[in-house]
Amino acid sequence: MKEEVIVSGRMNENIDPVLQAWHWEIPTYLFLGGLAAGILFFAALFYLQGNDSKYRTAVKIAPFIVPIALALGLFALFLDLTHKLYFWKLYTTIKFESPMSWGAWVLMIITPLSIMWILSYSQELFDHWKLNYPKVYKRFKWVEKLMFKWKNVRDFYSWIGTQRKIIAWVMLIMAIVLGVYTGILLSAFNARPLWNTSVLGMLFLVSGLSTGAATVMWLSKNEVERKLLSRIDLILIIIELFLIVHMFMGFLAGTQVQIETANMFLGGDYTLIFWITVVFMGLLLPLLLEFLEYRGYHIPVYLPAGLIIFGGVMLRIILLEAGQASRYLY
Amino acid sequence: MRYAMAIDTKKCVGCSDCVVACQTENNVPIGFCRDWVVESTDGSYPQLVLENRSERCNHCENSPCVRCCPTGASHYEEGGIVTVTKQDCIGCSACIQSCPYDARYTHPEGYVDKCTFCIQLVTKGQKPACVDVCPTKCMYFGDLDNPNSEVSLILARRKHKTLIPEAGTNPQVYFLI
Repeated sequence: MKEEVIVSGRMNENIDPVLQAWHWEIPTYLFLGGLAAGILFFAALFYLQGNDSKYRTAVKIAPFIVPIALALGLFALFLDLTHKLYFWKLYTTIKFESPMSWGAWVLMIITPLSIMWILSYSQELFDHWKLNYPKVYKRFKWVEKLMFKWKNVRDFYSWIGTQRKIIAWVMLIMAIVLGVYTGILLSAFNARPLWNTSVLGMLFLVSGLSTGAATVMWLSKNEVERKLLSRIDLILIIIELFLIVHMFMGFLAGTQVQIETANMFLGGDYTLIFWITVVFMGLLLPLLLEFLEYRGYHIPVYLPAGLIIFGGVMLRIILLEAGQASRYLY
Repeated sequence: MRYAMAIDTKKCVGCSDCVVACQTENNVPIGFCRDWVVESTDGSYPQLVLENRSERCNHCENSPCVRCCPTGASHYEEGGIVTVTKQDCIGCSACIQSCPYDARYTHPEGYVDKCTFCIQLVTKGQKPACVDVCPTKCMYFGDLDNPNSEVSLILARRKHKTLIPEAGTNPQVYFLI
């Protein structure tokens, strides 16, 4: 029996025994950031391939979710700050060593870009509603009228329309940076062994792309587009599974703290919830469903898409909680 | 100038006077503390090893908290003291997450607070409150660049360790063993 007993702690229940500095706000933001990155990535990619009319939902419809997701995510981040009135200090400094600093700047670039992108397609959205959801269209008709009321504003929209190629290139790169950043944000902390792995950046990027593709797939009414995104998701899920195995292999081959971290998921407190919700429900089940779809069975689209999104949310919640519980013992 | 602290684990009796002195000197809000005493028992009965450690921010030379801070609120002062400028702190808790020693806490006013080696005293040539008050005189403070300082002399003479050296932080609080 080897034990270390801490008799007088630091009288701070916020730190002992488990660190509880970050709560629901952070996984919410990490998920929404990843989702936005995924949607923008595919929108820009398909546009640059010249497939904007073929994959209409991905390029023209789904990006409307992005500014809303980013706004909600940023609001969650704001709620997390404990010294809220000083939040603007983020934008008076650039610190390249701090992922949170350059992440804040990436958001500063990508949010207006995504808004410009959807503004240039707003006419198409209203047409889409007019065609598919006349009731929704009727309710929001005044928005359309207001948005296209002034000539200068209309000219601005059409000017953005001519700049789409540049926007798409910047968006493509920034979407990848945003997706990786949601993981790097955590992996920069060497005090939390679970997060301190370079796999996390790739894992969060792939998971973000996968949830983005699932969202587009869910929204799409077009069979060809759905098929393509279903294939993409199939590949992304396989990569994600590989990355998870890779992450645990790395931990198990590491130092004592890393081995203990891996054991949290291999027999410890987080075993059941992680392997059931993230790996089985969020990855293996949609993998099976999409494989069946690939073989010609008819699977309702909301099943794999919903499961993938659920898996993405759970991955972030569990990694955040478990990360704060993993620590150096001395 | 390189401030460091050495704490004699053989002389420490774990009375927590250092904790109270710090709370008084630095006006630490009730329920929080910048330093704390760890009494660790290691081994299996009856071969037990007891160690008392008065712990605090290690004022690391390679501080993860300074690196992670997005606004530069966490920074190095002269002599390598790591402090937080409260007007620059947004309360994102990144530094709390990055500290392997869990030495930081969120002040009820919102900013993040921690041990400052009593910078208000040491810049005037005085000792930090915890060192000053210790009844067994088990703590030493001074400049490592000066080979004749109290802390340099004791570290040259005694075996010592730092906490979690494998974290790569290069701590400046030494424990004499």
